[in-house]
Amino acid sequence: MAGPRRITSGALTDPSRPLRFRFDGRELQGLTGDTLASALLANGVRQVARSFKYHRPRGIVTAGPEEPCALVDVIGTRGREPNLPATTLPLAEGLIAESQNRWPSLRFDLRAVADLLGRFLPAGFYYKTFMRPGWAWERLYEPLIRRAAGLGRLAAVVPPHADPAETVHEHADVLIVGAGSCGLAAAHRLAAAGLRVILAEQDVVPGGGTLLDGRWAAWREAVCASLMRSPTLRCLTRTTVLGAYGHGVFGALERLSPQECAKFGGLRERLRVIRARRVLLATGALERLIAFPGNDVPGVMLAGGALAYLKRYGIAVGRRPALFANNDEAYEALFALAAAGVPCAGVIDPRPDSRAAARARALGVAVHGAALVGAVRGRREVQAVTITELDGRRRFVLQADSLLMSGGQTPLTALATQLAAPLEWRESLTAFVAELAPAAGRIAGGARGVFGLAAAARDGDEAACAIATDLGRAADTAAAPLLPNDPEMSLASALWEVRAPGKAFIDLQNDVTGDDVRLACREGYEHLEHMKRYTTFGMATDQGRIGGLVGCAVLAAARGVPLAEIGALRARPFTQAVPFAALAGGEVREHYRPRRRLPLHEWHESAGAAFVSTGLWLRPLVYSREAGWSAVLDEARAVRKRVGITDVSTLGKIDVQGTDAARFLDFVYANRFATLPIGRARYGIMLREDGMLLDDGTTSRLGPGHFLITTTTANSTAVLEHLEFHLQTACAALDVVLTDVTDQWAQFAVAGPRAREVVAPLVGGLDLANEAFPFMAVSEPPIAGAPGRLFRISFSGELAYEIAVPAAHALTVWSALLESGARFDIRPYGLDALNTLRIEKGHVTTAELNGNTTADDLGLQRLLKNEGDFIGRTLARRPGLNDAQRLQLVGVRPVSRTARLRNGSQLVAPEAPDTSLGYVTSATPSVEFEGWVGLALLAGGRQRLGQRLTARSPVHRETVEVQILASHMLDAENTRVRS
Amino acid sequence: MLRIPCPWCGLRDESEFRYRGDATRRRPAAEAGIDAFNAYVYERDNPRDWHSEWWLHVAGCRRLLKVVRHTLTHEIRSVEPGADPQGAERSR
Repeated sequence: MAGPRRITSGALTDPSRPLRFRFDGRELQGLTGDTLASALLANGVRQVARSFKYHRPRGIVTAGPEEPCALVDVIGTRGREPNLPATTLPLAEGLIAESQNRWPSLRFDLRAVADLLGRFLPAGFYYKTFMRPGWAWERLYEPLIRRAAGLGRLAAVVPPHADPAETVHEHADVLIVGAGSCGLAAAHRLAAAGLRVILAEQDVVPGGGTLLDGRWAAWREAVCASLMRSPTLRCLTRTTVLGAYGHGVFGALERLSPQECAKFGGLRERLRVIRARRVLLATGALERLIAFPGNDVPGVMLAGGALAYLKRYGIAVGRRPALFANNDEAYEALFALAAAGVPCAGVIDPRPDSRAAARARALGVAVHGAALVGAVRGRREVQAVTITELDGRRRFVLQADSLLMSGGQTPLTALATQLAAPLEWRESLTAFVAELAPAAGRIAGGARGVFGLAAAARDGDEAACAIATDLGRAADTAAAPLLPNDPEMSLASALWEVRAPGKAFIDLQNDVTGDDVRLACREGYEHLEHMKRYTTFGMATDQGRIGGLVGCAVLAAARGVPLAEIGALRARPFTQAVPFAALAGGEVREHYRPRRRLPLHEWHESAGAAFVSTGLWLRPLVYSREAGWSAVLDEARAVRKRVGITDVSTLGKIDVQGTDAARFLDFVYANRFATLPIGRARYGIMLREDGMLLDDGTTSRLGPGHFLITTTTANSTAVLEHLEFHLQTACAALDVVLTDVTDQWAQFAVAGPRAREVVAPLVGGLDLANEAFPFMAVSEPPIAGAPGRLFRISFSGELAYEIAVPAAHALTVWSALLESGARFDIRPYGLDALNTLRIEKGHVTTAELNGNTTADDLGLQRLLKNEGDFIGRTLARRPGLNDAQRLQLVGVRPVSRTARLRNGSQLVAPEAPDTSLGYVTSATPSVEFEGWVGLALLAGGRQRLGQRLTARSPVHRETVEVQILASHMLDAENTRVRS
Repeated sequence: MLRIPCPWCGLRDESEFRYRGDATRRRPAAEAGIDAFNAYVYERDNPRDWHSEWWLHVAGCRRLLKVVRHTLTHEIRSVEPGADPQGAERSR
């Protein structure tokens, strides 16, 4: 018999609570506390995956989130979730998991032929091979390659209700990342100093390396017990710090335990945004692989992983394991397995001798010093390893059913580098290390190359003292529990790659070998980040973490430069794969963004309105739930023939007051406001400093130093920001105060030939006769008993009044207007009808005020004042912005009265149908004219009035002959609005 | 993510502010001409260094702040309220 099995009880597993689960259809049993990986090993399962490119059999390599190979699909009640590392997936009753990237089965995978063809499929092969014919890449090659290569499958249909997730904001004095000996010692010190501490640990329990060494149990329990009593410390387990975002902001992902998930109604993840004054990075170091031929055969795994499976889950990963390591720490796995009754087949160590080797020999283990593993025999599982002596004199075969490898420890510096800490090469450690700026925090323990549990704990304690002092707290001198001694260790010797025939992987997840790196280098991809992209080294879910530095070293050797010169791969957030659902948290569906509701929202709803989102606002689109234009046109027709009423409360409203208000408006508007009399409104346009139109609207003068600006709904916040910016910079000396009163005032437009008769009875006796209250007049009469404002302005092109009242009076006044209008059959109209009316009239909205148009483009050049400075004045005069061939606003109308005009159609000359001369910006069926009408931006448009062009919509495969008209299609003389 | 100590509101997240660009730029005089305005609107240094910039506290006090930030480390050295007395010359 060979292979893994459970031989003893583990620290985390509970033998009295077995769990059933399925893997690739097989019914298996594990224990509460197992991960899927440990449960599979307990059942003797070694091969759990096929590799990304070559479809080679793969097993479990690590015992943590850095796992490159053992990724599985989990099939739950809500569908299939791919690419979950079995090494961190908690086993649960009834769990169903499937292996990935194999067909038809894991054991017999037809695509494994890729492995035999391996030498024809080097790095970048598809860039070079699948060049011709050009069309075939998208239609043939890419779909084939995507099917053959890859990881898990996404569910074809994503269920509408994903598992819930939530976001929590945290504040602390100190965030400690990692609860190993270093983090625990630091937490103990900082909590004693009375600081608010968050201790984040990705594992299910705190302890880190102390969980794997029985001598540390008493220390760990004493420290954890003391931390539990601290009122200012919180220990968050199952919580991975994903990224450092500067200024003390960190993102962390908590994966809830199955028990907590059940308790919180299926909540799976909690994203924690942590704001801390200082951080202590105690993330430790990660064991790295060695690149040698066959280092991917199921049964080859990291030595530290084997130790973790034994101590945590009671599992022996083999019955006759061999060890291939260049460092003394790795021997701990061998000693622990030996103590549990699993004899070691032998040790292969490139160092001639070491303290650990002497200890192993004393246990009767054969240690082959100054030797390397040259090959692994076996394809689906390790059967034997071939040993080569360093001087090349002797080769022999060692029978073993598993091989534990260790290329040394790489300090985890990802979070530090995200905080702009430079990496520095430390030859004595064969590793890069970083130091943080003290204002950000400290790095301690294995994360900065201080190895050994006791040494790391002492380092964490020192760093904690420094942080406490930094934050103005006396570091408490209370004695911490006594630390066990670290064993004496011999130095490791650098070992990255064994050059021998066969595939030696530096990145197991992406099937990248040392040969791929040398090929990339030969082909000119010498820079580390180029090599990464050419070979896919260090990408995907594990980010190549256990082989990262090995790849850098292979590249250094290929280029013949020191590793220090190559550097390390840039580690961006996130440190591990994060489900989108966790990032979205509660901000999904109706909570995706805030909703702004009109004061009359309920009225509109009860009147049967269909709503549309414009920005954050919900506005009535049409008072009908039926599709089609008929209800819209009925509403628009009511305005043209009788009278209609619409809710325009979403317009931005900015109150401008101060002795210099008029001067300020003259600076921010392109037209003049100082001459505007009290009680009058004026249409105004604002430019950006680059001369383009920013926004338009009417501004009313309510007093000598009191104006009210209205902005378009879409631009209201941008305009306020624009005004604030200029008021606090270029106009800082002016006496002006800006107040956003958008939400305070509800505003309605009453429009149509009968509008005067509807409004007149409600305005406290104000004379609305044309001479007394002409077009553009403004007054502040009581309206239906409420304090109000009355503006005679029109967007529809009809006689119209806009009525503003404090939002609390909205329903009273709206109802009074409806009642007053009942005898004319007044109709509420929505945004669609409003749009129909304004297109006919040639009024612009954000479809035309699109950021690329000038005043001249929209026919508004006469508004630009000649005297005095204003924003955009100088650059609006640039020759290019006044070119006669620019896109200019025109009206368009299909020659055929039955033809539909579409937004976005391109205008072309019949003789040059592929040369766009412009496009339709707004289109609508008309109530004033027969058929459709629209507005368009057309090159040299004002010189083309009367021409016939073609409106093409290739998307709809439609071609419509259109006539070009002046944009004011309706009532160009403005007789209606002045009537 | 930046956290900006607003002199009026206290330490606040970047998401409450709107970036308004280089604070060393001065709007040219009214008659300075197209070249001067072109430089004012379009030409910017991209320093790997300390950078003085405007931040408008749109979701707070709506005051404009002049923030001196290091573009590499994001360290913030100073934050001042941003009334610009020289700019007042312009509108006379």
